[in-house]
Amino acid sequence: MKPARERVAGSVANFVDERVGAAKFLKKNLNKVFPDHWSFMLGEIALYSFIILLLSGTFLTFWFVPSQEELIYNGSYVPLKGIQMSAAYASTLDISFDIRGGMLMRQVHHWAALLFLAAMVAHLMRVFFTGAFRKPRELNWILGVGLLTLGIVEGFLGYSLPDDLLSGTGIRIAEAILQAIPVVGTYAAFFAFGGAFPGLVFIPRIYTVHVLLIPGIILGLITVHLMLVWYQKHTQYPGPGRTEKNVVGYPLMPVYMAKAGGFFFIVFGVTAFLGAVASINPIWVFGPYTPTQISAGSQPDWYMGWLDGLVRMSPPLESYIFNHTISWNILIPGLIVPGIMFTGMALWPFIEAWATGDKREHNLLDRPRNAPTRTAVGVMSLTFTVVALINGGNDIIATHFSFTINQIMWATRISIFVLPPLSYVITKRICLALQRADRDLVLHGRETGRLVMLPHGEFVEIHEELSPEEAWTRTSHEQLAPIPAAGIDANGVRANGVLKDRIRARISKGILQEQIAKPTAKEKLELGDGHH
Amino acid sequence: MSNTELEPLKDPGLPAHAHRKADHDEVAAKRAERQVSILFLLSAAGTILFIYSYIWIAQDIYVYLPVIGTTNAHQLFLGLGLAFSLFFIGAGAVHWAKTLMPDQEVIAQRHEMRSSDEDRAGFIATVKENGASAGLGRRTLIKRTLGLSLGLVGLSPLLLLRDLGPLPSDDLTKTSWAEGVHLVTDPGNRRLRPEDLEIGAVAHVLPEMKHPEHRKLDDIAKDALLLIRIRPEEFRLDAEKLSWTYQGIIAFSKICSHMGCAVALYEQQTKHLLCPCHQSTFDVPTGAKVIFGPAARPLPQLAIKVNAEGFLVAAAPFNQPVGPSFWERRK
Ligand code: HEM
Ligand code: FES
Repeated sequence: MKPARERVAGSVANFVDERVGAAKFLKKNLNKVFPDHWSFMLGEIALYSFIILLLSGTFLTFWFVPSQEELIYNGSYVPLKGIQMSAAYASTLDISFDIRGGMLMRQVHHWAALLFLAAMVAHLMRVFFTGAFRKPRELNWILGVGLLTLGIVEGFLGYSLPDDLLSGTGIRIAEAILQAIPVVGTYAAFFAFGGAFPGLVFIPRIYTVHVLLIPGIILGLITVHLMLVWYQKHTQYPGPGRTEKNVVGYPLMPVYMAKAGGFFFIVFGVTAFLGAVASINPIWVFGPYTPTQISAGSQPDWYMGWLDGLVRMSPPLESYIFNHTISWNILIPGLIVPGIMFTGMALWPFIEAWATGDKREHNLLDRPRNAPTRTAVGVMSLTFTVVALINGGNDIIATHFSFTINQIMWATRISIFVLPPLSYVITKRICLALQRADRDLVLHGRETGRLVMLPHGEFVEIHEELSPEEAWTRTSHEQLAPIPAAGIDANGVRANGVLKDRIRARISKGILQEQIAKPTAKEKLELGDGHH
Repeated sequence: MSNTELEPLKDPGLPAHAHRKADHDEVAAKRAERQVSILFLLSAAGTILFIYSYIWIAQDIYVYLPVIGTTNAHQLFLGLGLAFSLFFIGAGAVHWAKTLMPDQEVIAQRHEMRSSDEDRAGFIATVKENGASAGLGRRTLIKRTLGLSLGLVGLSPLLLLRDLGPLPSDDLTKTSWAEGVHLVTDPGNRRLRPEDLEIGAVAHVLPEMKHPEHRKLDDIAKDALLLIRIRPEEFRLDAEKLSWTYQGIIAFSKICSHMGCAVALYEQQTKHLLCPCHQSTFDVPTGAKVIFGPAARPLPQLAIKVNAEGFLVAAAPFNQPVGPSFWERRK
């Protein structure tokens, strides 16, 4: 007779299967194959930190009071006793000083938020630089851009909740951005704040958005995101035995389950560790919000810092038409530039497919060097964002490195125009140099540093041939030819080509022509064993 | 084109599976098992530390740690307990997977996402057929009225948002300042005389209220002033603006004309006001002209005078809205 445990498990399984037919589905999916690579963990980290945010956030809701009613503080943090403040701020102090584990959970929540955003950005970079967004995965790329946007907004609303001096200042700035929108801005601001700034309803409102609306949407989007990954199967890096038509890796059960499940606990453990030892957002130091005070060196969280940096470096431009004000100094850095960046990011898969004329499915990832233009565009965008982020901390940098704000501001104002194109050019060169290095490696092998003397006395270095696996990994990518300009017939005679097609042909030439030809079997054979 | 020229290298195929020690060596496998168990035990120890700290470490004990500095013992050990209990479960599971679970890579096939042509044709046929049976194509009246009502029904939730807030009215243009309103200190709520301000001094000021304890943040957010005294001959102002000052005392809105932060820093040496938010810098002698940063307008200046009892009061309301710009703001 079977042991009791097995009998129980068996009858539970039977119960479930007779009602939903789960066995068929699970049999197939427990054997689902997942390719393994460290960079595939970045998305996982984002998922796990989101779960941590749900858990720690729910804990915080039990005590947090989302209200701007004023009261006199009488909790156990002595320096603020007797001070007038909002209920939101006071309850955050209570969570920090009077609820056991409250400080820990606040800090876990905040660290997890920083990690969530950082992991999403890193994951996005992985997907971008390896071309994982290409057909058929464009939809998941767009979902990802949506998740990042929501994550940024959610984080901003989160640290605005405690109603401390720092976060109140952030809300003030958000209000000014709303107010700057032409035509409807003033109405938008008055509707959002229930009247003039700061009013009494903003914190309760963003509370609902922070704990219900956005987490709900994020949860929904993540679900679709993962279902698509499941359904379309994961991409894989090129390598021996890996093709566009197969997927090489470990089955879901048990290896992947154990690793992924274990990794969740590791991520949770790390955020708990940070929450234990590393203080973050010490709101009791800043004091309660009042519109007439401000803490010097005000800094938003890092994922907002680049926006702040753009705002700081913007020139003082305002124009008046027909008795109306347009605040370019707010609109350009606060809405227009970020709008262009995020729209461009969302549309990139389609832009790239259009420019290269490549509309096929791709399941093998690119090594970034083999797509120099894409890699260069990515590095260029990152450079732009990092310059902005640096300027977001210009006051901190000024005090730490004894520059004047003026110097940093001008340095970044110039850099934001000069460095991105420069980094584009440099990245492209580096990619091509790496392609060349790959070619040399495959054809001539690796330098070993060992010298031998030939019979006639000459010294040569021994080159060790790459293994067929290594050689394959470096040469399995395909090199597309540029799109021929439409309207140029076989004899090269130009007909009246459509302008759009001509532009596209030019662009695709720019993208695809500059490649170091990968070694062919013939070349390799000719060099044969005779090389040194 | 002959392709032999360009033929790529050959795919050598999936490398043979390399066995780990624990796969065939029972001693190594046992060792790995012990290691995994130890990791799980460490997690249990973490939970015990967590429980101990929650119950027995008082909340007002502080300890000194290198790097971290002085920190609350309760919070620290609670957190470390939680961190260990979670981390080592994960470490154990991963170590288990790496040493003892099968590590043979397997190959599965992919299929193109695109449906077969048959399926597509079948799909289109189904849609057409079912659509036709519902009479969608024929019953245009139904189609149109449905479109209309669906379009309209979307308006209701939008309309429901209307009461989120009042219409702007004059909230953005009006402050509490009016002729004769006393300037009082913030904090302190004391009336000010010109003698209270030495040359080079700055005072943070609000309009006097009967019941200052009822002062609303909404009002403070518009009314806050900076009062600065410099030598009268240092002003570079037109006659009107000059007449708004009193013996070298000049009053500006403290709400930044850029995005509304408090312009709280005054540099006595340079007579510059600095907004810490985006470092807009305003030059006091020239009427808070912007000399650096993203702000596009000077801080609005309030006309002040001294009343019969010798107190500083407003001579008139602000002649323009304070704070950040908005669409309806006139030049
Ligand atoms: C999706 C991602 C989320 C992000 C990025 C995020 C981010 C943040 C941040 C940065 C704070 C400020 C914490 C501080 O330093 O005090 C915060 C506060 C808060 N969050 Fe979240 N959060 C998320 C989800 C949630 C969820 C799902 C809940 C509840 C179910 C929640 C509940 C709260 C509460 C109640 C506070 C205010 C209490 C306090 O600040 O101590 N959060 N959030
Ligand atoms: S709010 Fe003062 S500089 Fe931006």
